[in-house]
Order: sequence, then C-alpha cells, then structure tokens
Amino acid sequence: MSQTPAIELKGISKAFGPVQANKDISIRVMPGTIHGIIGENGAGKSTLMSILYGFYKADKGEIWINGKKTEIPDSQAAISAGIGMVFQHFKLVQNFTVLENVVLGAEDSGLLRPSLTRARSELKKLAEEYELSVDPDAVIDDIGVGMQQRVEILKALYRGADILILDEPTGVLTPAEADHLFRILEGLKREGKTIILITHKLREIMDITDTVSVMRRGEMTATVKTADTSPPELAELMVGRKVLLRVEKTPARPKEKIIEVRDLNITDDKGVHRLKGVSFDIHAGEILGIAGVAGNGQSELLEVLGGYEKATGSIKIRGEAIDLTGGKSDGASRRARGISHVPEDRQREGLIMDYSAWENIAFGYHHDEAYRSGPFMNNAAIRADCEGKMQRFDVRPPDPNLTAKSFSGGNQQKIVLAREIEHNPDLLLVGQPTRGVDIGAIEFIHQEIVALRDKGKAILLVSVELDEILGLADRIAVMFDGRIMGERLPDQTDEKELGLLMAGMTTAPGGTPQEA
Amino acid sequence: MDFLTTLQVLDSSLRQATPLLIACLAGLFSERAGIFDIGLEGKMLAAAFLSAAIAAVTGSVWLGLLAGIGASLLFSAIHGLASITFRGNQLISGVALNFLAAGITVVIAQAWFAEGGRTPQLMAGGRFEPIVLPGALTTSAEIAEAGPLMQLYSELISGHGLPVYAALLFVPLTWWVLFRTRFGLRLRAVGEAPEAVDTAGISVIGLRFAAVGICGVLCGIAGAYLATGLQAGFTKDMTAGRGYIALAALIFAKWRPWYALMACLLFGFLQAVAIRFQNIDLGVIEVPVQVMDALPYILTVIILAGFVGRAIPPRAGGQPYVKER
Repeated sequence: MSQTPAIELKGISKAFGPVQANKDISIRVMPGTIHGIIGENGAGKSTLMSILYGFYKADKGEIWINGKKTEIPDSQAAISAGIGMVFQHFKLVQNFTVLENVVLGAEDSGLLRPSLTRARSELKKLAEEYELSVDPDAVIDDIGVGMQQRVEILKALYRGADILILDEPTGVLTPAEADHLFRILEGLKREGKTIILITHKLREIMDITDTVSVMRRGEMTATVKTADTSPPELAELMVGRKVLLRVEKTPARPKEKIIEVRDLNITDDKGVHRLKGVSFDIHAGEILGIAGVAGNGQSELLEVLGGYEKATGSIKIRGEAIDLTGGKSDGASRRARGISHVPEDRQREGLIMDYSAWENIAFGYHHDEAYRSGPFMNNAAIRADCEGKMQRFDVRPPDPNLTAKSFSGGNQQKIVLAREIEHNPDLLLVGQPTRGVDIGAIEFIHQEIVALRDKGKAILLVSVELDEILGLADRIAVMFDGRIMGERLPDQTDEKELGLLMAGMTTAPGGTPQEA
Repeated sequence: MDFLTTLQVLDSSLRQATPLLIACLAGLFSERAGIFDIGLEGKMLAAAFLSAAIAAVTGSVWLGLLAGIGASLLFSAIHGLASITFRGNQLISGVALNFLAAGITVVIAQAWFAEGGRTPQLMAGGRFEPIVLPGALTTSAEIAEAGPLMQLYSELISGHGLPVYAALLFVPLTWWVLFRTRFGLRLRAVGEAPEAVDTAGISVIGLRFAAVGICGVLCGIAGAYLATGLQAGFTKDMTAGRGYIALAALIFAKWRPWYALMACLLFGFLQAVAIRFQNIDLGVIEVPVQVMDALPYILTVIILAGFVGRAIPPRAGGQPYVKER
C-alpha cells in the first residue's frame, strides 16, 4: 500500500520492572479503517494504547502519526495529535451533566458559559451526523452505560479526534447496544475516521474490523486482513496452541430437584428494590444459566444463595427450607447444606490476595477434620492437599506457598474452583467464572463445570457473557431490573431474543418485541 | 428581649460567624478538589499567632494579615506535599498539623514576647477597625434613640471590620468561581473523578495544589481576623475548635457556598447567644452558662452523626490519585 498510515508504531518496547509488557512492537494502521487488536488479558494491548495516548512513555520506539514522527509525552499531546480514547472504565464525572463532561478540559476560555453554548450546538451536529444522540443536560449518574459510552465518544470527537481508540467497548453493553455502537463506528469510518478496537472477543473482530493484529505476551504475533482469517486461527495465534472454542457436552440428564427458590425479594438500605419475586428450580445434573447485563440483580441473587445477604421469600434445599433472615445464615451454614460458591469478584470475595495459595485453599473449610490436629491447624496437611488440588486443576505454577496475587487471573480462578468443587457440593454457585481469564484457562474451567454437572450436581451459572451462557447452560433464565424476564432452552433461542430480554423487552411468541 | 437587644445579638452573631465562614469556604475549596482538610484549625491558629505577632511588632494590621496568610500557606504546602505529592493519608497529615500548630505557636510566642505564650495586646492600627458606613450612628446612646430602621442599619449592618464584609462577599464569589468558571469546573471534577481530569490532559496535581493554596489563603484571613479583629492579640488555643466547627458546617452545607453561609450564621448565632446570656432563667430551671457554651459543639456532634440527612462528600475525597495501569 502506498498510502500513508494514520498511525505507525515502530519498535515500541515498554517494561514495568522485570515485566516486559511490550516487546519491539511495530504496527501500521491505515486511515479510514477499523483495525482490531486482539489478545488475552495481560498480552500488552492496553499498555500499547496507553503509550499511544500518552499515559506511559515507551522505553524504546517511535510513534508516527499521518507520516510525521510525533512525541506523545502526555494526554494533552495525544489529543492535539488527533487521538481520542474511550477507556474500558469510563472517565466521566458522575454528577456532571453530559455537556459539562464534554467540555471539561476543552473549554474555550476562563468563563464557562460560551464554551457550554458552543458545545451544545456542536453536540447537536455530531448527534445528527453519527447516530450519537444524547440529552446534553442529563446527569451521567442517571443515564445507562450505553449512553455513557456515547458521551465518551462525543468527548473524543468534540476534541477533534481523527483516530479513535476503543478499549473493550462492549464489555458492559447489551447485544443491542453493542450493535448500535458498531453502527456508530461504521458511520465514523465512512467519514474517514480511523478506529482502533481493542478486544478479546473474536466475534467482534470478525464482525467489524478490516484488519486485525494479534498480541501475545507483549509481542505482536501477526497482522492479517480480517477477511483472510477465521476465529480458530485467531484463537490459536492468541494462545499459541489449538483451542476448543465450543464446549463439548452431552445433553443434560436432570434428576431430583436440588434447590427450589420462590419469590425472593431484596430491598436495600436506600430503599431500592434489587430482587423482585425471583423464582426457579435447579435439578441434579443440570446447569441453570442466568444471563443479563451486569447490575440487574444477579450479584444480589448470588449473595442471598451464598448466605451473606438477607431476603424475603423461600429457598428449599432438597425440600428443606433454609434461613434467609441473616440471623443464622452465613457462608458456613450454606456450605454445611452442600452449597459451594465461586463468587463473581474473586479478588475481593473469593481470595485473600496477600495470603498464600494453601491458606486460601483452606478458607471456609478450615474447621474440617482433615485440616486440623486438635485445636490447631494442620498446616502440613493443608499444604499437601493444596498441592494435590493445584495439580488436578493445572494451576501454574503449582506452588502452595505463593501468595494469591502472584498468580494470573485464570490461575486465581482455578484455585477458587479447586477449593469449591473438590468439596463435592450438591449445588455449585458460579459467578462470572471466566471474567478476566485467558482463553486457554476458559476452556479448562468450562470443562470442569460440565464435568461437575455430569457427576450429577446442580449448578447455577451467572455470567454476563452471552456466549458462555449459550455454550454451558442447559436452561437459560434472563434477568433484568431484579426480575427474571423469562426462561429459554439454549437450542430454542438465540442471541437476538436473549438480547431483547436482557434489555427488558418481553418477546411474544413469533418474536415481536414488546415493552415490559 | 427587645428589638435592640436582638439586633445586638445578631450583630455579634455576624462577627462570630465570620472566621467560621471564611474557614468553611477554605475547606470547601480543598474538599471539592478531593483533599480532606481536618487541619483548618491548625492553619487558623498558626495564622492567628503570626498575624498578631507581626501586627504587634510593626503596628500594621495589613502586615499582620499578610504574615498570617503566609503562615497558613506554609501549613497548606506541608499538607499538599504530604497528601498530594507523597499520597499520604490526608486525615493524619491534617491532625499532625493541628498538633504542630497548637504547640509551636505557644512556644514561639513565649520565646519571642515572654508574656506566658501570648502576644502583646494590639493597639489601634494593629487591629481591623470597625468601618462606619455612610450615615450610620456610632454611639450607643444615639442608636438607642433612633428609629428601628436606623437601629438595624447602624447596629447590624454598619460598624464591622473589613474581614466581615469580605467574608460575606466571598460567598457569591466562591459560588461564581465554582460554577461559572473553567477553573471551578475542573476543580469540582478533580474531586469527583480525577481520572477524567487526567485523561482530559489537565494536571490533577496542579489543580489540587491550587485548591489547597486557596484554602491556605482563606484560612490565613480567618485566623488573622480572629486575632486582630475579633480579639486584640493571640492567646493559647484561641481558635477553640472553630476549625472543626467550620468542617461540621461544611458537611451541614453539603459542600455548597450559600448553604455554608446559612450554616455558619447558625453556629455564629449560638456562639453569640452563649456570650450574651450567661445564665438563662427559664422560670422552672436555670440553664447554666456551660450548657450555652457547649451548644455549638453539641450541634456539631449532632450534625456529624448524620442527623441532617445524607451528605454525600465529593467522590474522590480523601483518596490520593494514582494513575491506574
């Protein structure tokens, strides 16, 4: 190609202490294209983009923008070079209006009013041009995440960005919102903007990008035209070996009812109704998947089942009611009833990050006979047990004395899973089992969950990843605004229908959406 | 209680409220930018001492004021260095500065003037003199004879030191700066979401130091007024918890300037009542003076215990800013 690249990085290297986050990375991004960067967590994608946006300084290498060598020492320099960035965690002031957020840092003068007036008319123009309509006077706190993301994009465009970097933009979106985002990106591309899309989702890469670069362990392993590649090939480039993208499982053979949940309700301290009449059953030997956008009551549901949140309603385990008042219910009493819990936030609720793996393996089960000698903990026995579990669950490195925080996300999750699964529960609660986990480990974790089901256990799987729910669950319940919008069988539904349910629409037979 | 007595109490309320109000606005700037400042008390005390000392030595209240602001700014700089640059704990830094001020003022005062840890009584010129507004009466005999409107004008509105009027002017000024200027927008943003400010290409550290600096200047004025306006010289621990009351007023006011005015006037009123009416005879029981003296502090406790509804502090308040990876 003879055209000048919009961005050209030459030999970028960056180390954090002993960790080489980026190794000699070179990349050319052509103007007016959507360029995907894919790689596992910790592959160095975000570091590379942070260097481009002036958050970090590269140890070595050059940045060329539109054919000119450019120094980017800080964000201000990146902005004036025409680069805009939409971070994974939005950088918005929550109690400011949309307008104030857009103007912040790009004010025309010392007084606010003229800047706000100009921004208002500018936003109107941008909204018409790119399907980016937002209410300029809405406060960020009051608008949904999809809308907040649009504000981030508007912020970048208002600053005159020609190159837009989006870091994992669909993580918090419903499928419908994600589609809308992609339409916006297509529109921007038509106007000649250059877009860099960072993601770990293969499907997004295939759907929308023109070119894709793959990163693995700080290195750029390949740059290919999207049309010339396939998901399995990209997965292999990301992980460095062949990966099974689909979970292999036989149809479920449900047996007796393990848990019966009826009419669960939670109202929190602020008077917000978090759970609204949630009811479901799970039988031995089946996986019930709970789909939904984060924050629609799934966390609260797990907390009630796990024993650390109060609720009204009833839960019966094998026909026997359990206490929901919070008085006599806690994690320990739940474990005694055969419920194990792999919490959504493994670093806060699943592990103590500064404690060693063997200490973490014992948590919650530290009163077990096997872990005790008289009134004391039998540390040697726990270490030995931990080592065995680490072997079986392929935790790397299998060293019980390392602290939890020194393992990667996937290996941390394997430690939690090993602890909970190996205690042979009747019911396993799993929240976001593969959040922040690399593809190789996802494959393993999915296999373990299916294996547990095949041993005749009941499993409640909560995940915001629709692919994961569709791949693993035997029945799917969709949550929206604290209630279950409906239950579907995975082979009789699709992402479109589930997406509508996730957005609070009910689907009538025949598939026409209706407002709930 | 007749009209004139009421006016006199309100007049005193205004003067008592002035150091509270200026300190409260000082805290507002700092906390809106995300830097909690429990050291308002210490800054005021340091400013009170140095302003009184310099005013006593030079005979100029203006040099005293400048010195007071200087002392307070020095304390602000230490607080900024500890909590912004070195990302230390803001409460601990503030408490340490309060202790430092309580000790060092008395020690230096004793070494300098040898009057038992005080500064010498300030003479005219070393104090803020009352400003008599045009047409206002000055002697109490004349005021007692005048009509109610004239009484109101002469007793309550006229006859205060410059800082009293300045404090009242600071309220709309603070509001205007916060909500109508670019600096104010950025200041509020940095207390709510410093990462948004950082990614917009603005220096978080610079903004926070600016806020802490404004806080220092205002605390300096508040402290100087205490020693050279309200009183005539520095005495040990003369701030008497006013820095903490200003903080309570700030929470009461939910970090908003006009509400801060109301809150500080209320506290000032309670202090004025305590000074004016030593023992209040309610017929059945006599309320002893100690109860009256304790009233502002009791109200502070009630406010801090959260009896005035939810007060939501700036979201990034108290947290040092660290760029995330």
